[in-house]
Amino acid sequence: MSTEIDTARAATLLDDAPLKDATLFRFATAGSVDDGKSTLVGRLLHDSKAILADQLDAVARTSADRGFGGSGATGTQAIDLALLTDGLRAEREQGITIDVAYRYFATDRRSFILADCPGHVQYTKNTVTGASTADAVIVLIDARKGVLEQTRRHLSVLQLLRVAHVIVAVNKIDLVDFSESVFREIEADVQQVGRELGLGSDGIADLLVIPVSALDGDNVVDRSERTPWYEGPALLETLESLPAADELESHLESFRFPVQLVIRPQGALAPDAIEGGLDVEAYRDYRAYAGQITEGSVKLGDKVTVLTPGQGPRTTTVTGIDFAGAELIEAAAPQSVSIRLADEFDVARGDTIAAAGTIRESSADLYAALCWLSPKPLREGAKVLVKHGTRTVQALVRNVSGKLDLATFKLEGASSLELNDIGHAQLRLAAPLPLENYLHHRRTGAFLVIDPIDGNTLAAGLVNDHPGDHEDERYSI
Amino acid sequence: MSTQITNEDLELSVLESDTTVPATRLSSLDTLESEAIHIIREVVAEFEKPALLFSGGKDSVVMLHLATKAFWPGKVPFPVLHVDTGHNFPEVIDFRDRTVERLGLKLVVGSVQEFIDRGELAERADGTRNPLQTIPLLDAIQSNKFDAVFGGGRRDEDKARAKERILSLRDEFGQWDPRNQRPELWNLYNGRHTVGQHVRAFPISNWTELDVWRYIERENIELPGLYYAHEREVFARDGMWRAVGEVSQPLDTEEVITKTVRYRTVGDMSCTGAVESTAATVRDVVIEVAASTITERGATRADDRISEAAMEDRKKDGYF
Repeated sequence: MSTEIDTARAATLLDDAPLKDATLFRFATAGSVDDGKSTLVGRLLHDSKAILADQLDAVARTSADRGFGGSGATGTQAIDLALLTDGLRAEREQGITIDVAYRYFATDRRSFILADCPGHVQYTKNTVTGASTADAVIVLIDARKGVLEQTRRHLSVLQLLRVAHVIVAVNKIDLVDFSESVFREIEADVQQVGRELGLGSDGIADLLVIPVSALDGDNVVDRSERTPWYEGPALLETLESLPAADELESHLESFRFPVQLVIRPQGALAPDAIEGGLDVEAYRDYRAYAGQITEGSVKLGDKVTVLTPGQGPRTTTVTGIDFAGAELIEAAAPQSVSIRLADEFDVARGDTIAAAGTIRESSADLYAALCWLSPKPLREGAKVLVKHGTRTVQALVRNVSGKLDLATFKLEGASSLELNDIGHAQLRLAAPLPLENYLHHRRTGAFLVIDPIDGNTLAAGLVNDHPGDHEDERYSI
Repeated sequence: MSTQITNEDLELSVLESDTTVPATRLSSLDTLESEAIHIIREVVAEFEKPALLFSGGKDSVVMLHLATKAFWPGKVPFPVLHVDTGHNFPEVIDFRDRTVERLGLKLVVGSVQEFIDRGELAERADGTRNPLQTIPLLDAIQSNKFDAVFGGGRRDEDKARAKERILSLRDEFGQWDPRNQRPELWNLYNGRHTVGQHVRAFPISNWTELDVWRYIERENIELPGLYYAHEREVFARDGMWRAVGEVSQPLDTEEVITKTVRYRTVGDMSCTGAVESTAATVRDVVIEVAASTITERGATRADDRISEAAMEDRKKDGYF
């Protein structure tokens, strides 16, 4: 009835400096049905003290009701940690996870957002969803089974989505008697698949392999004494120290800013701002472009290019970077700001502001990889909607040029795409878009394919270069 | 991740990133704020008639604060909607009215009492009106033709909410279909809907209770006084302290005592419990929340204790 106080935890979290400086790290988990993913997630939440007393009580009761007999190496009460991640009624009834669930926990260094992606039938849909925003993805492997076809599929999807860090957790290492040779063999297989895919070898992503026991907690939060031959960090340490995607991209000079809306209050200034001393006269003609910086950074005085569909690129200068009354000198991804420009262009939602000379002109021909997420298959000749940045346009599917065999990484002939397929297609857009290769631009190279009839999301799209494109044409502006 | 073009550049850029990783990487609160503002602006840009659910509770107060930042120096460009159970804490209603006045907003009220008076809703045996809010809410959405409704729901609150999308489609009956949700990719939100459908938008989905309190502290956001420790006449029921009030009377067997308490959530007076606390300032509350070993709903909401899937069932029917 009274709020119970765990002062040790409060002291850790509220030691002022780390809490204020704590940054956000987003990661996802992917795995097959039985490789212990839910247990691993439960273990991370439990051992990082993210599970509160009442949640733990409920889980302990259910574990006892179901006769759960596992025992923790850490000497804890035997509870089924997988229950901590149960969500919907149907999931509890069927003992499966249906949909991506989001979990939250924090250490004194970072706040974590975990997208827990179920690994059964709709694994591509769920993995693509979770990985699209993730700084890192953990792929689970059962140490008794090693690299399976599904592991190859998962790694293939992660390579395609350019996830910054891929962590392979070799789980159930306790069930192979903490054998180094078993681990080394799996590690070599994983690195082999990584090489075939280009993971971890060309700067696109790291590929880390860690032996863990989710059930007992070995190498999850703390390094285990039962794997003395493993010298790397435990899983949580790894997650605390890897650079986030925006850190890796922060040095880029390719500032990108899709305009969300124009802020032009005219007479309708906020009464609380006026109350706070806003100079009404000075803000009478205020006009700024609101949006979130998707990559790079911008400074006052920077030369920028404005791309408006149907018009040639226009170059101007940044005269203001505003955020809720504060005038900034510089801003970087992923900040939401309002930008003022020197010239009174007609700029509107759907336009893109970019560092001058770094973006090519908009195009109505879209070549892309599509991750098909709908039970309704894609057919050539279909009319769809494409949502890219802050603009949605109609599009015609001109052709499907093949689909990827995720197990062999080979492209095979196909003229349609079904649920969970990944393939290549060419679309003709009703209006040009500032398309960029996903390989180099994770935000402005991504788009959704939407069903114009029921509005559902059909596919995740990744922009490819036009065939025959040359590097030197890329920066023609 | 790198956007360089050749392998040589890639290696170079990796080296550079090691030396130039700025000390100024956004803090987790700034990242969450930036994400929420992006979502609020997307909804305003893409929908005809959005509204913000505003109860005077801390999550909706934070939502409104984010909206003022998103459109500064302009006014918040949408009305606020309050579903009034008729069992409110008077100081919360007072706070609501002052806030609306201060920001120059339009307030739309959906009244549970009016539905009961007209015989369209029946009082429950337990006197709780929280579950009765769904019908007046859907009625207000329909009659005002709101096509997007902002809520302060967070995924850390409940296991059904953990599966909720940031933009979540509701059918003609306001129902949520958790098994058939649109995948949400990158920061591209798909809010397409047909006539009669509407979308619930949850810009602070990724915030935790502690994030909300730290943000309230950092931004110096005013809240109704009952979030902070005060003396109140209470009695024990269902393992919680319940305030004595017009609609919340103790039984003969329930002893009334005066305690120093505060509220962690502000809902219908007939089902919201207080916790014993001496946290009288926002800083005290931040420390208390960080140290608390009980989740906020489990501790103070009788309606979520009804069954393991209580929230899921209410959400499917169109609840917040």
